[in-house]
Amino acid sequence: MSISLFLEQTLNGVQLGVMLFLMSAGLTLVFGIMNLINLAHGSLYMLGAYFAAATANATGSFVVGVVVALAATALAGAVLERLLLKRFYARTHLDQVLVTFGLILVFNEIVRLIWGPTPLNFAIPAALAYSVQVLPGVDYPAFRLAILAVGLGVAALLYLVIQHTRLGMWVRAGASDRETAAAMGVDVELVFVLVFAAGAALAGLAGLMAGPILAVQVGMGEPVLILALVVTVIGGIGSVKGAFVAALGVGLIDTFGRVLLSPALGAMIIFIAMALVLIWRPRGLFPVHG
Amino acid sequence: MVEASSIFSGKRDALLLAALLIVLALAAPLASALGQPFLLRVVTRVVIFALTASALNLVLGFGGMVSLMHAALFGLGGYVVAILSYHDFSSEPLSLGLFTCDGTSHMAISAPLAALVGACVAAVLGAASLHTSGAYFIMITLAFNQMLYYYFVALKTYGGDDGLQILGSLDLLGLDPAKRVPYFYVCLGALALTLIFLQRLVGSRFGMALRGAAQNERRVIAVGIPAFRYKLAAFAISGAIAAFAGALMAGAQQFVSPADMAWGRSGDLVVMCVIGGLNTVWGPVVGAAAFLVLELVLSDYTTHWQLPFGLFVIAVATLRGVKLFNRGQA
Repeated sequence: MSISLFLEQTLNGVQLGVMLFLMSAGLTLVFGIMNLINLAHGSLYMLGAYFAAATANATGSFVVGVVVALAATALAGAVLERLLLKRFYARTHLDQVLVTFGLILVFNEIVRLIWGPTPLNFAIPAALAYSVQVLPGVDYPAFRLAILAVGLGVAALLYLVIQHTRLGMWVRAGASDRETAAAMGVDVELVFVLVFAAGAALAGLAGLMAGPILAVQVGMGEPVLILALVVTVIGGIGSVKGAFVAALGVGLIDTFGRVLLSPALGAMIIFIAMALVLIWRPRGLFPVHG
Repeated sequence: MVEASSIFSGKRDALLLAALLIVLALAAPLASALGQPFLLRVVTRVVIFALTASALNLVLGFGGMVSLMHAALFGLGGYVVAILSYHDFSSEPLSLGLFTCDGTSHMAISAPLAALVGACVAAVLGAASLHTSGAYFIMITLAFNQMLYYYFVALKTYGGDDGLQILGSLDLLGLDPAKRVPYFYVCLGALALTLIFLQRLVGSRFGMALRGAAQNERRVIAVGIPAFRYKLAAFAISGAIAAFAGALMAGAQQFVSPADMAWGRSGDLVVMCVIGGLNTVWGPVVGAAAFLVLELVLSDYTTHWQLPFGLFVIAVATLRGVKLFNRGQA
């Protein structure tokens, strides 16, 4: 493998990793704090892409599309939590799987009703539609570099909020022991809504950034959901730090696996890696609950 | 949870089982009387999915393990039949690493082999999954489902994404599966035998230990029963039945595709078990029939049938919390 190919694949891997981190951060917190398996998290990713594409196409501004999509997915997450999913925190995992599975069908069909079955056109913003020379002889699209920067920036911001603010302290307390946190006076209901809305917005952000480079279509969230679940399981449910480490690892392993291994093995490599990690550490790399 | 003795009031369950099978058996003469051969295809599908859902319910309803990889095990069984038939038709031997073997179109060989492969894969992946529990188990089985799905998508020799058409003619002890009526009765017979086997299994000492582990694993371990081994054995048996059902489906459709292994199908199977009821052996048969009929009716009415169907699933999940609906918790 030449140096330039290696560098390009590393950038691709890290970029996939930060996208997966944005997806898994919400997933792992919702699970860690509310004890809810949310299979419909991929639908919020899809909604983010659709909201952004539709708004950007209507207004001609990518930035307006981003702002509207983030606000709309956060709102969708909050409404979903208040109206339906909060009833499922104390339920069995089977009930949670059922309800969020039903939600996937509903969201897919609503999107198909509104925007039709064909993929939505979503162009890379003109300001970022060029290539950057990262090393002599290695060109890399500016939009993908922007995704990388945004993803790392959001990860740093999340770290600051979770480790150094009062809200973050509540979130950490809720993730390690919900009952005790509530008993100590944390407004857990508020934390629940905020975490759900923030998780939804992060999934929406991942979706809207993936939109222009992949395709904005019905069911686009499902392959990403599977990878995000793998990341969550490897990192340890409830751990944002674990999600970050695992997301970068999965992004790099998946990207290099597809280049270096046979197609069949390359498609399976991250699942094999997941199984190996779990045999070694059944509760993930950074277990949160005792 | 209801007392074990009241769930397994053997006679009532046996009667219900027999009634269900007779109703299904009458569907074939009914289809020809109505001049609706299409109906026979539907009922064959119902029987095969009932078999798959029954396999899932052994681990889901009786073992308390929410597996989301059963569509993959089902699809795997179909691929065993289709790939062996492919090598028989093309006369090129199948290479299995160190040694090679000839293909075969005899389902009397390939369908049991499918069950064996299903059992082995379920045992290996189940062993990895059962290291964990609860939510981890659900997510891992879902991930393994997609692992097998992507594996077959990547197998370009066998059609990859497009699936694999069975070009040669299959043979089941002299019967051509393309003959729909006799093949339907073969599938129904397989379902009947499996249900009788499962009914006996869950009532046996093995079944008691499995159900005990589902309710309170620590207590079962404390009385000296190795819960892990029981759960793993149940998972392997379940995998064998699911793969066998997939083999039957390959015979019925003369076609296999990774699309039938996608994780959404695993979700469908869970829905079938839940709407039929988790704590009886016949429940998944009712659930599979209700699911497929509902799907057929709704999709006939609107192309956007997944919207009412999704709302129905959400309603089922919500109402399960209400006491009246809450008999079988997993």
